[in-house]
Amino acid sequence: MKSEKSLILSKFSASRGNKGVIAAAVLVYLFLYLPLAVVVIFSFNDSRLNAEWVGFTLDWYHKLFNNRDMLQAAGNSVLIACISALMASVLGTLAGMAIHRFRQKWLSALVLGPVAMPDILIGVSLLLMFMLLNVTLGTVSIILAHVSFCIGFVALAVQARMAGMDDSLIEAARDLGASPWQSFRLITLPLLLPGIIAGGLMAFTLSIDDFVITFFTAGVGSSTLPLEIYSMVKIAVTPEVNAVSTLLMLLTLVLILAISRISPQALRN
Amino acid sequence: MLEIIDVSRSFGDFRALDQVNLKIESGEFFTLLGPSGCGKTTLLRCIAGFEQIDSGKILLDGRPLTDIAPEKRPIHTVFQSYALFPHMTVAENIAFPLRMAKLDKTEISRRVAEVLEDVRLPDKANHYPDALSGGQKQRIAIARALVNRPRLLLLDEPLSALDAKLREQMQIELINLQQEVGITFIYVTHDQGEALALSHRIAVMNQGNISQIDEPSVIYSYPKNRFVADFIGQCNLIEGRLEGWESGWRFAIPGLDSIPVQNNNEAFSSGQDCALSLRPEKIRLASRLDASPDECLFSGTVHDMLYLGDVTVYIVELGNGLQVEALLANSAPGRTRLFEKGDAVQIAWRHDAGHLVN
Repeated sequence: MKSEKSLILSKFSASRGNKGVIAAAVLVYLFLYLPLAVVVIFSFNDSRLNAEWVGFTLDWYHKLFNNRDMLQAAGNSVLIACISALMASVLGTLAGMAIHRFRQKWLSALVLGPVAMPDILIGVSLLLMFMLLNVTLGTVSIILAHVSFCIGFVALAVQARMAGMDDSLIEAARDLGASPWQSFRLITLPLLLPGIIAGGLMAFTLSIDDFVITFFTAGVGSSTLPLEIYSMVKIAVTPEVNAVSTLLMLLTLVLILAISRISPQALRN
Repeated sequence: MLEIIDVSRSFGDFRALDQVNLKIESGEFFTLLGPSGCGKTTLLRCIAGFEQIDSGKILLDGRPLTDIAPEKRPIHTVFQSYALFPHMTVAENIAFPLRMAKLDKTEISRRVAEVLEDVRLPDKANHYPDALSGGQKQRIAIARALVNRPRLLLLDEPLSALDAKLREQMQIELINLQQEVGITFIYVTHDQGEALALSHRIAVMNQGNISQIDEPSVIYSYPKNRFVADFIGQCNLIEGRLEGWESGWRFAIPGLDSIPVQNNNEAFSSGQDCALSLRPEKIRLASRLDASPDECLFSGTVHDMLYLGDVTVYIVELGNGLQVEALLANSAPGRTRLFEKGDAVQIAWRHDAGHLVN
């Protein structure tokens, strides 16, 4: 891996002084962001070819917003991502709480398994299962698939919050007159909320740009944005693809920023 | 009044509570004292309702508590970690039990303001717990537990996280507070000094049993058994045998002369093996002593010493190898120098200074 090499390089040059470190850091960031920058730049290029800069245009965005298939796929993607994130948040929260409560190692391994499993494996096995159960492939099957691999991320985030929480808080709530439901609603839930939201946003980003698993579980007429982009690229990488990629990138970036900003302080105030 | 009748509780093979019986009067400051693992916290959690009891009964004013959920018991707890809700302000924390009791808003804000005044932190109402010092958190935790006027306040080692100076100050505040509100306090601690200072009565617990229930001065002066004598303060435990003579009770110490002792209420019979508990501060020590007729006198050498500023602790070895701890105030009249290791000294104590335990 080149980025890893650069990291080692940067460590090495740290002893030689600041200039080497900064140069290495710049190289790493270039390596990470240059391909993305190219896509963004060419999405504004007034040429059919991704070869040379001709001039600035918003034509490709204009075209994109008139492309009915693309718009429908985008709408589908957002809908799937929202529902999957929501369902994964609820189930993942329950799973995270259970892992904390019962303190069983195998329990967390079981929930977190799909996180570590190769996507291709999950995709194939889900396809097999849907066939066996006679589930029609479509939006519903995609949502089920996305929920299954997103639960682990939410559970992980929630469990980390639980572990950092004083267990006597719940007892204190009960002691002071709160029913089990009230103590969950007024104490546990607000304290877990940063974890749940971070996990939920994570699930949203994972769902909206998932390709492999969606590829196996999508049916006719239930295309998502990544699938649509793939089918367009099969012919040629058009500037239109650059435009939609740029928008997807923007959305992901906003969500990542949101996740990193969510801290207990931010929520409290 | 809280009655605990034959209460037992086991965790697997471990008997945390073994047929505990206890009666706590209304308005009492009662302390459960014992080493860690003695069952004091389990008992507290059973009273609060966080822990089920295997057998027995817990009655509050004659009504059984067993099947009542923790939130329905008129009992509030001050937790060791304070357990203040971090996402609520001080005022919201204190208002919590009032909200749960469905009091109306004006009454809640009136009572919150009142109790904040009581704990002298009215300007902290809108602060979050993170912004408070340890002592302030402690006061807010107590305020929150008291604001809805429970029948019983349980305190689980509430001062253990504070430093020594602050702890002493909080002890005084706790005593005053308890007198003011008149609510029964049940206090759990492993700190015998704290228990002696705060309580009306103390129950000393050991291995799931109650060893002794008495007032602090009785616990200190007349411990019922070796465990209590040893656990409360410093104590010499001298093994020997009680002998009944015509002249009175004598205590035979192997390798030494037998000495006259008190046998209070004839608790022990002649020929019985027991131990004489003797507090270090009841022993006189000097290089030469003129013992009065009601004292017994031994010679020995200083084996070890511990200078503590106000007092010095001497470990004196007697003829039979027995080591006795004696305490000498450094400001005592006539004290010119400290004894050193190896010095020949004499120790003496009054015949009624010791107390027999089994």
